[in-house]
Amino acid sequence: MKISLTVNGTAHSIEVEPRTLLVDVLREQLRLTGTHVGCDTSQCGTCTVHVAGKPVKACSMLAVQADGQDVTTIEGVAKDGVLHPMQAAFREHHALQCGFCTPGMIMTALSIVERHKGEPLTDEPLTDEMVRKELEGNFCRCTGYQPIVAAILAGAKATV
Amino acid sequence: MHNFNYHRPKTLSEASEIFSGAEDAVYLAGGQTLIPTLKQRLRQPSDVIDLSHLAELRGIAVEKDAVVIGAMTRHGEVAASADVRRLIPALAHLAGEIGDPQVRNLGTLGGSLANSDPAADYPAAVLALGATIHTPTRTIAADDFFTGLFETALEPGEMIVKVSFPVPKRAAYMKFRNPASRYAVAGVCVADTVSGVRVAVTGAGPYAFRQTEMETVLSKSFTPGALAGIAVSEEDLNSDLHATAAYRAHLVGVMARRAVEALI
Ligand SMILES: Cc1cc2nc3c(=O)[nH]c(=O)nc-3n(C[C@H](O)[C@H](O)[C@H](O)COP(=O)(O)OP(=O)(O)OC[C@H]3O[C@@H](n4cnc5c(N)ncnc54)[C@H](O)[C@@H]3O)c2cc1C
Ligand code: FES
Ligand code: FES
Repeated sequence: MKISLTVNGTAHSIEVEPRTLLVDVLREQLRLTGTHVGCDTSQCGTCTVHVAGKPVKACSMLAVQADGQDVTTIEGVAKDGVLHPMQAAFREHHALQCGFCTPGMIMTALSIVERHKGEPLTDEPLTDEMVRKELEGNFCRCTGYQPIVAAILAGAKATV
Repeated sequence: MHNFNYHRPKTLSEASEIFSGAEDAVYLAGGQTLIPTLKQRLRQPSDVIDLSHLAELRGIAVEKDAVVIGAMTRHGEVAASADVRRLIPALAHLAGEIGDPQVRNLGTLGGSLANSDPAADYPAAVLALGATIHTPTRTIAADDFFTGLFETALEPGEMIVKVSFPVPKRAAYMKFRNPASRYAVAGVCVADTVSGVRVAVTGAGPYAFRQTEMETVLSKSFTPGALAGIAVSEEDLNSDLHATAAYRAHLVGVMARRAVEALI
């Protein structure tokens, strides 16, 4: 069936099977291979993208479920060749080693900042503990998380 | 994943019609349980019926003495709802402890209840708060809803439309999380309601159940000390690689005590 997706600001009309996963449309059909597949079992969060502004695991969503929605992937984060402040913070704080988890980490990090500045109920300054709780759906097998948390706190400051 | 026919009904009756006309249909809510199940080919339905376009299944409404939550409401929406946080903070807390942020952005109340996973969180609150489950044709009391491991009182094709949670005088939910999946190894919801104290346990047995011994003692004295004399039996509790039945029985006592401590 035909679905329409706006990915990183560009509208696409795409032919998919009902069983096609969102992550496969992004990687195989649109060749946006920054979104990774780590576990393929909903655990690791390397496949995290934003659908309608919210982070989801693209390996656990059918492409037809995203029909008509806005999707943002890691390729849509830098603007005009300039790293987003969150990406720059990851680089600055050495928050990646192999880099496999990084696209998912950044997509989650951006939503943490968004949420903690947007909603009055959660409008408290971001703490180390809060970032760790928000990262429960993203696994890193290299860094031990410490630099990732530091980068997100720094990136949040630089973004707001 | 095997292929299937995909449907996106706009009304409840259209959804039921598609269900009964199909060979082996399944409803799709947030997909956070169903899609992994399809990927593993544990289920191979002929038709998948996406509930996300049904307006009747959406929204959180405050009615007299109750909060009514649509089946398609995402865990993250319940956790962030100002009404739920104000009237039943234990429920908002529970929803915010399910899985991780990405799972909470898609997973739904209806999907969690219909699935009746032994380790799911919502069943404990539904039972302890004495909620009512609404389907298009009837209402089901929480006490009658959970009937077995992954089994509920829903008939084939019967859909959860919404759930009505009576506002308790006070309630708390405590869970011992599996550190990897964050499902409940054991979770206890204690609610002091207009119809008495209700204690419900999830994670420990094949499906959520009430702990009536604790209810009796807490009705007399709502104190952590009142629970001291109760030895939770390990009979009928689950043993798996995460915990033995004896350990789960112990955890039920600890979580219940912590829930009461949080309320006094
Ligand atoms: C990594 C991970 C961690 C998780 N951790 C937790 C946790 O800590 N605690 C917890 O409780 N859960 C946890 N879950 C499960 C999660 O909460 C699921 O979202 C939930 O169990 C199912 O809801 P869903 O909306 O995704 O339903 P789906 O997966 O879409 O559907 C599940 C089943 O319910 C049926 N169904 C769905 N909606 C209805 C309806 N309205 N009426 C009738 N039948 C319906 C479907 O046909 C299907 O059989 C986790 C999941 C993942 C992937
Ligand atoms: S690849 Fe999607 S969660 Fe691991
Ligand atoms: S940097 Fe290697 S998995 Fe995170």
